[in-house]
Amino acid sequence: MFKVFDIAGSALSAQSLRLNTTASNLANADSVSSSTEQTYRARHTVFAAALNDAQEAVGVDVRGIVESQAPLRQEYRPDHPMANGDGYVFLPNVNAVEEMTNMISASRAYQSNVEVINTAKQLMLKTLTLGQ
Amino acid sequence: MPNHLDNVLGIHAAALSLRAQRAELLAGNLANADTPNYKARDIDFKALLADAQASQQGRGMQTTHARHLTEAGTAAAPEALYRIPIQPSVDGNTVDAQREKAEYMQNALQYQATLHFVDGQIKTLRTAIRGD
Repeated sequence: MFKVFDIAGSALSAQSLRLNTTASNLANADSVSSSTEQTYRARHTVFAAALNDAQEAVGVDVRGIVESQAPLRQEYRPDHPMANGDGYVFLPNVNAVEEMTNMISASRAYQSNVEVINTAKQLMLKTLTLGQ
Repeated sequence: MPNHLDNVLGIHAAALSLRAQRAELLAGNLANADTPNYKARDIDFKALLADAQASQQGRGMQTTHARHLTEAGTAAAPEALYRIPIQPSVDGNTVDAQREKAEYMQNALQYQATLHFVDGQIKTLRTAIRGD
C-alpha cells in the first residue's frame, strides 16, 4: 500500500513538470529574436512508464524534455529593434491552443493523483487504528 | 469462530493484502494516464481470493510453481492482467481515467469493509479474553 504514495507522487512531479513547460511555452509565445538559432522553441515533456517488472505497479518517469520541430514564425517588421538585415524577426513555434489543452490535461491528472494519495492516506490511518 | 489462533482473522487478512496490492496497481494506472503505449492493468480479485480461500481451508492446490499461492492463504505476487480497453487512444494508452478512478474508489471502500471485519474479529477476541 505504501507504494501508492511513490507511484502517485511520481505522477504529481511529472504533471507539475508538464505544467512548468506549458507555463514556459506560453510565457515565451511572443519572445522575438533576430535569428532562427536564438529563437525559443516550444518544449514538451516525454512520459514513459517506469517499468521494472511486468507484474508490479509502476509509476511514471519523465524521459526528458524535447523541443518542438515545427517551423518558426517569421514576420517582416523592419522598424523592430530586433529585426535582422532583411527586416525580419523570428517568433517561437508555440501553439497557444495546444498549450492550453496541455495545461488542462496536466491539471486534471494532477488533481486525480492528489485524490489517490488522499484516499490511500485515509486507508492507512484506518489500518493504524485497527483493534482500538 | 475458527479454532486456531493463527487463523483467527480468516480470509480477511489475505483479502486485505490483495486489496492493498490492487490499490497500488490502480494508482499505477492513474499515474500513467498520459504515458504513451502504457497498458492499464488489474488483478482478478475474485479468482485470487477463491484460491486463497481454498488453500486456507486445506483443499488448495499444491504449489508446484513460484507464482502459486502459499499455504498460509496469502497470495504470492498476484498476476496482473491487461484491461480490455473501452476506448483506446491513438498513442497506444489504454487507461480510462474515469474507470480507473471508479475502480480505485470501489477498492478503497472494499478495503475499509475488510478492515471492519478484521476489526470485528479482534474485538470479539478481546471480549472473550477480558470476559467483561
